[in-house]
Amino acid sequence: MSKEWPLWEVFIRGQHGLSHRHVGSLHAPDAAMAVHHARDVYTRRNEGVSIWVVEAKHITASAPGEKGPLFEPSNSKVYRHPTFYDIPEEVGHM
Amino acid sequence: MYAQLVKTDADRVKSIDEMDPQERTFQQRIDDNQKIEPKDWMPEGYRKTLVRQIGQHAHSEIVGQLPEGNWITRAPTLERKAILLAKVQDEAGHGLYLYCAAETLGISRDKMMDQLHAGKSKYSSIFNYPTLTWADIGAVGWLVDGAAIMNQVQLQRCSYGPYSRAMVRICKEESFHQRQGYDIMMKLCQGTPEQKEMAQDALNRWWWPSLMMFGPPDADSVHSAQSMAWKIKQATNDDLRQRFVDQTVPQAEYLGLKVPDPDVKWNEEKGGYDYGEVDWDEFYEVLKGNGPCNAERMHDRVKAWEDGAWVREGLVAHADKMAARAAATPVAAE
Repeated sequence: MSKEWPLWEVFIRGQHGLSHRHVGSLHAPDAAMAVHHARDVYTRRNEGVSIWVVEAKHITASAPGEKGPLFEPSNSKVYRHPTFYDIPEEVGHM
Repeated sequence: MYAQLVKTDADRVKSIDEMDPQERTFQQRIDDNQKIEPKDWMPEGYRKTLVRQIGQHAHSEIVGQLPEGNWITRAPTLERKAILLAKVQDEAGHGLYLYCAAETLGISRDKMMDQLHAGKSKYSSIFNYPTLTWADIGAVGWLVDGAAIMNQVQLQRCSYGPYSRAMVRICKEESFHQRQGYDIMMKLCQGTPEQKEMAQDALNRWWWPSLMMFGPPDADSVHSAQSMAWKIKQATNDDLRQRFVDQTVPQAEYLGLKVPDPDVKWNEEKGGYDYGEVDWDEFYEVLKGNGPCNAERMHDRVKAWEDGAWVREGLVAHADKMAARAAATPVAAE
């Protein structure tokens, strides 16, 4: 029984200078092959101009159970959004 | 449909009162149209059903390359050959997206492959029919991909996040498949009488197997009811089949072809076409392994896997060697 290829997560930067975005995952024996496969699997239609791959085991994810403590505190901080402030129309665009 | 008979392990759908608190919270999230993600708690039945369904779906994409691959070397023009190659490459990609989605549920791709090659895991019955002429490539794109899209569009809203996201991607790419198939049919139907006859013959052979793709009538199927309750699927087999017939009959008329069913008739009252009874005995026989090409497909699939073993192993050996070298000379690169 041969060794299973490790799993890699794939990130692609689109045409218009945006950040790399997670697009999916794939199996590959090493990083160079992972980039190669990512080219074939995730950019068949000009989806990107740059590829990042990272072995899935190196990603640390937040736990679903921590959702409350992690994200709820920002719910009440509405003053962090520009729409919180009323600026008179006469002032013009701000 | 690429997953036609997915068991759910349920003998009936539980009511919300019968569920334990964890399961009730889960069902409420589903009812609120929240997506379930890999690390979230889920009932074992939900997980298993998804592994089966996504696995069958992935296998169908992979086995589905075989009937079309049959015509790559014999496509009538270089352009048609390039198009068919691109389509078959897409199917490989779709299989890969789906295997990755299934892997988030805790099964490995190699294990799914083993199950396919051991005949323990199903793929769609449709790929056990032969592609005898070039017109079959047209009919497969038009009808088989058309039926697949009909199914996959509703799967984009599936409650399981990774499956739903894979479907979004696949649907975007799939519409080229159906259009290129219809394009082949149009060309043949505008050609010589012999070419048009070839197109009609392909429609005759692919029509009923395409209707079978949606799976058996599900009015009385507990698996279908459970999958709907979990929002793994959002439409019944019969609804999707009806939509497919309603969409396809006028497309056949435009081509000047006749759907091989004397019972197809517009029904003003229901606002759709009536159609004849599907031969479900044939469907179950094909699923059991007795279709025209089951043995050939499995043989080709296993052979491709075994013939590719030296490449997979060679790449692993190279990766291991490079890793060992890098570990042995940590400072040399400075």
